[in-house]
Amino acid sequence: MSDKVYDILIVGGGPGGLAAAIYGARARLNTLLIEKGKTGGQAATTEDMENYPGFARGTTGPGLMKAFTEHAESFGAEIVRDEVVKIDMEEKVVHTKSGATYKSKTIILAPGAVPRTLNIPGEFALRGKGVSYCATCDADFFEELDVVVLGNGDAAIEEAGYLTKFANSVTIIVIHDEGILDAAPMLQERAFKNPKIKWVWNSTLAEIKGDGLVESVVIKNVKTNELTEMETNGVFIYVGTVPQTEFVKDTGLELDERGYIVTNEKMETNIDGVFAVGDARVKYLRQVVTAAADGAIAAVAAEKYIVEEEGFRQSVLEEDRPVAVVFWSPMVQKAIEMMPTIETTIDSYGEKVKLWKMDTYRNQRVANRYNVTKNPTIVLFNKGEVVATLEEDAITEDSIRQALADLVS
Amino acid sequence: MLEVHKDNFEAEVLQAEGLVLVDFWGPKCESCLAVMPDVEALAEKYGDRLKFCKLNTQGNRRLAISQKVLGLPVIAFYRNGEKIDELAKDDVTKENIEAKILELLA
Repeated sequence: MSDKVYDILIVGGGPGGLAAAIYGARARLNTLLIEKGKTGGQAATTEDMENYPGFARGTTGPGLMKAFTEHAESFGAEIVRDEVVKIDMEEKVVHTKSGATYKSKTIILAPGAVPRTLNIPGEFALRGKGVSYCATCDADFFEELDVVVLGNGDAAIEEAGYLTKFANSVTIIVIHDEGILDAAPMLQERAFKNPKIKWVWNSTLAEIKGDGLVESVVIKNVKTNELTEMETNGVFIYVGTVPQTEFVKDTGLELDERGYIVTNEKMETNIDGVFAVGDARVKYLRQVVTAAADGAIAAVAAEKYIVEEEGFRQSVLEEDRPVAVVFWSPMVQKAIEMMPTIETTIDSYGEKVKLWKMDTYRNQRVANRYNVTKNPTIVLFNKGEVVATLEEDAITEDSIRQALADLVS
Repeated sequence: MLEVHKDNFEAEVLQAEGLVLVDFWGPKCESCLAVMPDVEALAEKYGDRLKFCKLNTQGNRRLAISQKVLGLPVIAFYRNGEKIDELAKDDVTKENIEAKILELLA
């Protein structure tokens, strides 16, 4: 491992990771992004991209992601192609498949998600032979051929529309009753008008058949359990995604029961200095625009974290003198009232005791670390260790002097 | 790496003696583009022991389908003109390709 310590290390190069890299590098932070494949993530596998604000029709997923990547690099973000296999969350050391290790002050996890597989007979064996999860990659093979699409969310309906530019016919298999789709209304409207799209309702796939290439699918009606075989040349599966968080299991990082990373609105995970963005975190809407927004928030939160942590370390933990850290907030009346007593008392020790004010409204994390719940609270540090804690009404000139008595000769 | 297409595939792959690797790719397939430098590096390393070819499926669609390739990426292996093995989709990684090369050379 080199001695270099990055400010921000981003794991994953989709729109969330790239946006974090843009914000991080532009803030002049040493920013490293590690991506195992090509940058762009899932967004680079969708051709039609018509809902990224400011970019109307004609913008493609790969095109937009190329622009994101160049944007990040133009500000000086370093992009390395490698796969992160293990992270020491506390030490912030990242290990990759190629054997490299990188150390950073903060980590932004942007591992994204991958299409969910059905695990039905024939699916695995016929991948690359007609079974696909990526219309952009494979659509042009199906010129004048017939394909089926399984699924009815935004991705399924949008990609089915894209496939009609190539295929002879596109049959969408929908699990719901006739006319009901999960996709956005505008996508539905367009699909229902598309003469190349056919529909099979109340159904899913039971099997994909073919010798060397896909030849047919077995469709199962979920109401009657009836099986029907239909000839087709291709099967595109869009039944949701799964987060790529396997590599952070058992690191102490909080995940939900489906494997998504839990964050707050600052993109902070349960581990200090570790943030998560994009499709792999628990969130309401998984889109390029929300991933990018996550990335911007995480980079700014990471920058603030670095400033605060370094400030606290240098000014409090590494200080030779005793330090009285006053956790307070100008929003709390009691804290404002007590501040003059605190300041006058500490100041009377001159250079022997240092006063360090910490606004808990701005920095909750350090307050939490020292179990500060009352406002104001004085935590007295000596050589990096907590030696006394005084809360609210227990803070008087006498109690402060008493706590300092043993430390100041 | 040798660029193969509908006009030379027969001669360079199907009539070739020994082991041949064919990287089926397309300009719109991001994962194909991502793995391409790795395949180039493997060609440097093992080029004297097997033949490395790449096939742009755009413009060679019928040829790809005739080789039972209907989706990308696919890395196919031929021995004496006969397709003997292949890696598709997520299995196409540098590690897997190298492992397969070593397995087939053994």
